[in-house]
Amino acid sequence: MAKFATALEQGVSPPTAAYTKRPRRAHTPRRWSGAAGPWFVAPFLILFLLLFLAPLGYAAYLSLFQQRLIGGTVFVGLDNYVTALKDPLLLHGVGRVALFFVIQVPLMLLLALLFALALDSGLLRMARVIRLGIFVPYAVPSVVATLMWGYLYGPDFGPFAQLSRKLDLPAPHFLSESWMLGSLANIVTWEFVGYNMIILYAALRTIPQDLYEAAAMDGAGSWRIAWSIKLPALRPALLLTLLFSVIGSFQLFNEPSLLMKIAPDVISSSYTANLYAYSLAFTGNQVNYAATVSFLLGLVIVIASYVVLLTANRRRAT
Amino acid sequence: MPRSFVPTSSMSRRRFLAATGAVSLGAALAACSGDSDSGGSSASAKPVSQADIDKAMKTPTQLTFWTWVPNIQHEVALFEKKYPAIKVKIVNAGQGVAHYTKLRTALKAGTGAPDLAQIEYQAIPTFTITGSLLNLAPYGASALKDQFVDWTWGQVSGPGGEVWAIPQDTGPMGLLYRKDIFDKHGIQVPGTWDQFAAAARKLHKADPRVYLTNLAANEPAAWHGLLWQAGAKPYATSGKSTLSISVDDAVSKKLGEYWGGLAKEGVISTDPDFADAWYAGFNKGKYATWLTAAWGPAFLSGSAKSTAGTWRAAPLPQWDASKPASGNWGGSTTAVIRSTKNPIAASQFAQFLNSDPASAKMFATNQFSFPATKALLTDASFTSDAPSFYGGQKVNQIFADISDTVSTSFQWPPFLDQAATDWTETVGKSLADKSDTVAALGTWQSRLTTYAKNQGFTVKGA
Repeated sequence: MAKFATALEQGVSPPTAAYTKRPRRAHTPRRWSGAAGPWFVAPFLILFLLLFLAPLGYAAYLSLFQQRLIGGTVFVGLDNYVTALKDPLLLHGVGRVALFFVIQVPLMLLLALLFALALDSGLLRMARVIRLGIFVPYAVPSVVATLMWGYLYGPDFGPFAQLSRKLDLPAPHFLSESWMLGSLANIVTWEFVGYNMIILYAALRTIPQDLYEAAAMDGAGSWRIAWSIKLPALRPALLLTLLFSVIGSFQLFNEPSLLMKIAPDVISSSYTANLYAYSLAFTGNQVNYAATVSFLLGLVIVIASYVVLLTANRRRAT
Repeated sequence: MPRSFVPTSSMSRRRFLAATGAVSLGAALAACSGDSDSGGSSASAKPVSQADIDKAMKTPTQLTFWTWVPNIQHEVALFEKKYPAIKVKIVNAGQGVAHYTKLRTALKAGTGAPDLAQIEYQAIPTFTITGSLLNLAPYGASALKDQFVDWTWGQVSGPGGEVWAIPQDTGPMGLLYRKDIFDKHGIQVPGTWDQFAAAARKLHKADPRVYLTNLAANEPAAWHGLLWQAGAKPYATSGKSTLSISVDDAVSKKLGEYWGGLAKEGVISTDPDFADAWYAGFNKGKYATWLTAAWGPAFLSGSAKSTAGTWRAAPLPQWDASKPASGNWGGSTTAVIRSTKNPIAASQFAQFLNSDPASAKMFATNQFSFPATKALLTDASFTSDAPSFYGGQKVNQIFADISDTVSTSFQWPPFLDQAATDWTETVGKSLADKSDTVAALGTWQSRLTTYAKNQGFTVKGA
């Protein structure tokens, strides 16, 4: 920043310098640059084709067939999609992750935002230690995290249950039907608050100090600065974390699939849409239908992401 | 009993889940490839001549064998010593789910499948429906019939005299109980299920922290074993595509009322098994019995060390005390994959591994598998083992006797994974939720029927 300021003082405007160079470039043969382009893009394009578009196309192809143990494979057109749209298991699964998204994501992002602002305020002692502490859960693999929380939640020998028994209180049943979604949300929040906090914190660090100085000169306090400068500046970063969270929530899989082992009566094989797709393919032999479900889930995610972007942009416009 | 059994037995239960969770896309895909008409099922296939067998066994060959059995190289070494030209490459492709998923994928891909694989009894029909197993009858396997316990042979053979696999170990079901807890509360070892239910009520009333048993709500394998004991015939296939499903018939309903009732009263627990809390439950005396299989005694002695000396074994309680019966839970076989290029060598290996007296005995003494051969079950050196964990009781003898009472005609569905998942989500859930288990049986029945019809089966007796 400082360098830029001195450049401005000296009256040298970098953009102008760039403009003056441009005409010279135009003389270089156009063919050369045109031929080089694809080479630069090729590594990405090839991987994109092989690892993304090809499987996607294959899944789309699969979703148009039905395979049976008896009778082999038949082309069924869009029948699988019709079935899926009426499939209560799929609809409940999508509904459940939508509910999860609506409750868990705002809480998580709010916490991440509070932590990021607190760290950025410079008022915390041992800020580095705290920052690392909040971030560390993200470094724990989600499988390990879920197993650990699964133990903590245990109704017989988990620490919460033991403590409440010592105090003669009814043990909280974290793994029961009514608590499960909350227990899952807690695990996911624990895992990802630090990750989102780091993104927001990094965004806060890019705000030029001059703005704060100017605001202070104008008599703004810390809260006012946070509200009028930091929050608006964080909007793109918040949007990014929100988008990641949309995708993460709708693809919820690891945590429920692991808790299934200790709460099989609560978490069914169709508890979340992603878990349902997996069970269809790997326990039900219904690869085609699994492809259909995955495709529809992808569509839901695209729509949800689009809605999020749209609302955010509309807010900005008004 | 030595700890080395632990991996084997933890797999014993995964065995089922495996088959449960595992039968993956390959199954469906293999089915679509059109060669699904049963794998070499033509029992009319001509027997391979002894000359051909001799020739093949002298030709340098490498066999690949996918198995999860720990330290199986010792048994394999016996085979390689007898047939130096044949080398067996052992691959541990994972236990349970991982193993079957990889096998399915390789079968579907058309390359990379092993010559032989470890397959559990209940998974055999799930693999034969896709034509993935080689019929071993033409390779001399039929001659082994009398060496194996009758019900195990029933499990591996097809209706046309096919032999799909060679039995390796088994899991006839019995009852392990805490003698100290029984003595303390004056409970006799229950001989019938009625006595068992009375004991459950009495015990839980006397000490609300203790349950007579834990019927895991996530263990379809145990339920199937109990169905088997009760004489149920939940699945029957006739021909290739006709299937009868009766998981909510009178026998099943009797079981549903019995266990659903006990669960509803809250006198038994329904904790998920093979989970942390379950292990803790054994160590802290939450469960006074375990309805388990013959691999259970060795498993428990490794998992509940703090209770050593307090356990004893007995047969399962009976529905009809005059006709003792039991079911099977767990155990596995060696099967030859149909795509093998060395069918003779592979089938001879499968037979040798499980029927050669030295090899079969080694499974019992090294891996602590419960034997499938008649010879071993009457071998004094096996049956006289008296582990201190069970107060010096001859546990093997008890389970050897139980093995004789296992019915020979129990059949598995050609889509075990689906049956098991659906059980957990209907019947298992009703046990855990203390809701109507008999109604849940109906839901299980209708879910399976729908699934079978969707898979193209003609469903009878629904």
